[in-house]
Amino acid sequence: MLSVKDLAVSFKTRLGDVNAVRGISFDLAKGEILGIVGESGSGKSVTSYALMRILDAGGSITAGHATYSGLDLRRAAERDMRDIRGREISMIFQNPRAALNPIRKVGYQIEDVLRQHARATRYDAQTKAIEALKAVRINEPEARYNAYPFELSGGMCQRIVCAIALACDPRLLIADEPTTGLDITSQKAVMDLVRDLIRQRNMSSILITHDLALAAQYCNRIVVMKGGLIVEQGDPVQIFTRPEHSYTRKLVDATPRKGESIRSLLPPENRQAAPNHVIHDTVLLDVRNLVKTYQGKSGPVQAVKNISFQVRKGQSVGLVGESGCGKSTTSEILVRLMDATSGEILFDGQDIAQIPSQGFAKNRLRSEIQMVFQDATDSLNPRYTSRHTIAEPLKQLDKLRGQELAARVEELASLVGLPFSLLDRFPHQLSGGQKARVSIARAVALEPRFLILDEPTAALDVSIQAVVLNLLVDLRAKLGISYLFVSHDLHVVRLLCDHVIVMKDGQIVEQGPVSTVMNTPKADYTKSLLAAAPQPPTRRQSV
Amino acid sequence: MTKISKVTTARSQGRFDHLAYVLRENPITMLAFVMFGLIILSAIFGPALVPYDPLETNAVKVLQPPSWDHWFGTDNVGRDVFSRVITATRLDLSISVAAVALSFVVGSVLGSIAGYWGGWLDSVLNRFFDTIMAFPLFVLAMGIVAALGNTIENIIYATAIINVPFYARLVRAEVNIRRDAGFVRAAKLVGNSNIRVLALHIFPNALPPMMVQVSLNLGWAILNAAGLSFIGLGVRPPTPEWGIMVAEGANFIVSGEWWMAVFPGLWLMIAVFTFNLLGDGLRDIVDPRKRT
Repeated sequence: MLSVKDLAVSFKTRLGDVNAVRGISFDLAKGEILGIVGESGSGKSVTSYALMRILDAGGSITAGHATYSGLDLRRAAERDMRDIRGREISMIFQNPRAALNPIRKVGYQIEDVLRQHARATRYDAQTKAIEALKAVRINEPEARYNAYPFELSGGMCQRIVCAIALACDPRLLIADEPTTGLDITSQKAVMDLVRDLIRQRNMSSILITHDLALAAQYCNRIVVMKGGLIVEQGDPVQIFTRPEHSYTRKLVDATPRKGESIRSLLPPENRQAAPNHVIHDTVLLDVRNLVKTYQGKSGPVQAVKNISFQVRKGQSVGLVGESGCGKSTTSEILVRLMDATSGEILFDGQDIAQIPSQGFAKNRLRSEIQMVFQDATDSLNPRYTSRHTIAEPLKQLDKLRGQELAARVEELASLVGLPFSLLDRFPHQLSGGQKARVSIARAVALEPRFLILDEPTAALDVSIQAVVLNLLVDLRAKLGISYLFVSHDLHVVRLLCDHVIVMKDGQIVEQGPVSTVMNTPKADYTKSLLAAAPQPPTRRQSV
Repeated sequence: MTKISKVTTARSQGRFDHLAYVLRENPITMLAFVMFGLIILSAIFGPALVPYDPLETNAVKVLQPPSWDHWFGTDNVGRDVFSRVITATRLDLSISVAAVALSFVVGSVLGSIAGYWGGWLDSVLNRFFDTIMAFPLFVLAMGIVAALGNTIENIIYATAIINVPFYARLVRAEVNIRRDAGFVRAAKLVGNSNIRVLALHIFPNALPPMMVQVSLNLGWAILNAAGLSFIGLGVRPPTPEWGIMVAEGANFIVSGEWWMAVFPGLWLMIAVFTFNLLGDGLRDIVDPRKRT
């Protein structure tokens, strides 16, 4: 149905031509779901843009063919392409909120597509749009027809985008990271929906993703890309059990799965024995009946409803939940950026909830409780070099100066594995993994006793995530820090934590030792979270 | 996904390297900086170098057209227009730089406070700025000078006051969007007080757009000062000043002595033009993200 042969795409930039895709070939049969998997910069998105001929300015197909049921996509006139887009081939983009027009009702946006391709007239557009909403299993489609995108959740928005993409019965659906940024249960819902619709309508699909496990679960065949080239293709089981290319093996290794240890995320040659961390019996942090109430527009909103838990010295606790469950609010309160409405936070026996967050910067406990933020790019000052960023806590709270300061910064850089040559770079000159290292170095600079990690690997590629998680394990053993690891990814939590807390709607639904909660979950919510995580085919235990 | 990682050279760049890079990359910025340099030089050394005393009258050489002796001709009392135009640079530039500096500082402080703390303070400050902006600004400046008295300082204050809202609004918006950014929260975690966070982390990030505003404003402030002098407020004759010279020359344009008004006007235009061109270059210089 779709045949791509030796396709090459390059971009003209100030620094010369950049070859984003360097000659790839693959075929897509009718009814097949093909997964294109690769890390950032592998050229997987560019490939799909090239097929749709929506490359950014400066980008062009420099070689090869792409044939879609006999039509040469490279040479087709722009007018024909416009006809094909949406009707024959349609696309789901990464960020559903960005793909929808924020000031237009979603129903109208579906109608627009229908009428553009003459699938509906003014009179029956509304009925057809509601049908399209029904097809993507939206409850109360008549009511949702009049909703604006901001009134809907991320998962709902992605369903609307699916509805728009599928409204004209295309024969090929390209989904570019359709579930990035969605919660794990909505990821499952959206992916299940897409798979069912594709099967029902006998369409073909290309799923572009960085998540090998997700691709393995939903695709018939997987193409692995790296640096603009296809390094391997095959069926999911084969890719997972007998990866041939070393890069595929690295990706497979780095994908967190059941029955793996944290070290097995790394390539075999880097696997040293994981250091053990000592968990003491003394309680470091004791949270009692914590409540946070916001003043919302329609009355008070309870973000955190009376939660209690303990973190022992040296222990790593995972805080798991989906967006809006109150886990971020809880961590902001614990790190003293926000005041609780009521409740106690006993840190080493002292109630720090009594100290107002405004004045906490001057408290001697400030250096004891630190945090690594979710998005490393956002959490580094764009005007500060890495050296400046890492030095700041040392200057502010440890009062280090001159030679001593420089030595300590370099010590921290080597602790987190940041080459010294990168210390004088600005954040925009660093890669995602390097930025994560800088922010971890800043957080551990003061040797805190309690460190909150707010999804520190959410924005990273899996192989970088593997390295960062292992770094955290090493640091924990070296420094004896207690972690509160906030995440939505149960697999990652299982690898890193000793104890896990599952939160939903501001309440703790379950907590206990990781193995207990993960293997014999009691709460239904925990079970559904576990079920929603993609389960890649397990391979023979090697090494 | 689609970003092509740029090849970055692993060398640390000093301020000077970066300045040289920005100038090399953009010939218009280069031109603007050269012209800016010339304006600065004529402001500093001009009064010492000009061929004639700008205040010396000469009844014999009245209203002479441009010649080798008098490049820009002479005025109605025989003063050399060229000497007067060059000498006036210092005064006009000082007025505008002082006014812009004043409004930059005041606007930054007020805007930062409004943007960072928000609440009633923000509302009060915003309504205050709205009030200033509701007046026709030049008329407001006229009023201020007329009320405070006809001195150079008062021209500076008047120009500064009418520009404050522009800076304050810009800073307020820039501070507001960064108030809850990750790096701001991270800065609080490492022991920075609110004021330090605001001054050292948030405010510097607002500098790039501020620089564009500053340079546009410099041109505008010169025009404003010249305008006030033109209508007889502020600088008083016989002090050489572009606005007064244009005003005096305007009387003679009808009778054909165009050079009296055109040359100071041209200089005024060149200065404003230079400042307008300077903006983008200044922004690139203060933005570390332009260093790759």
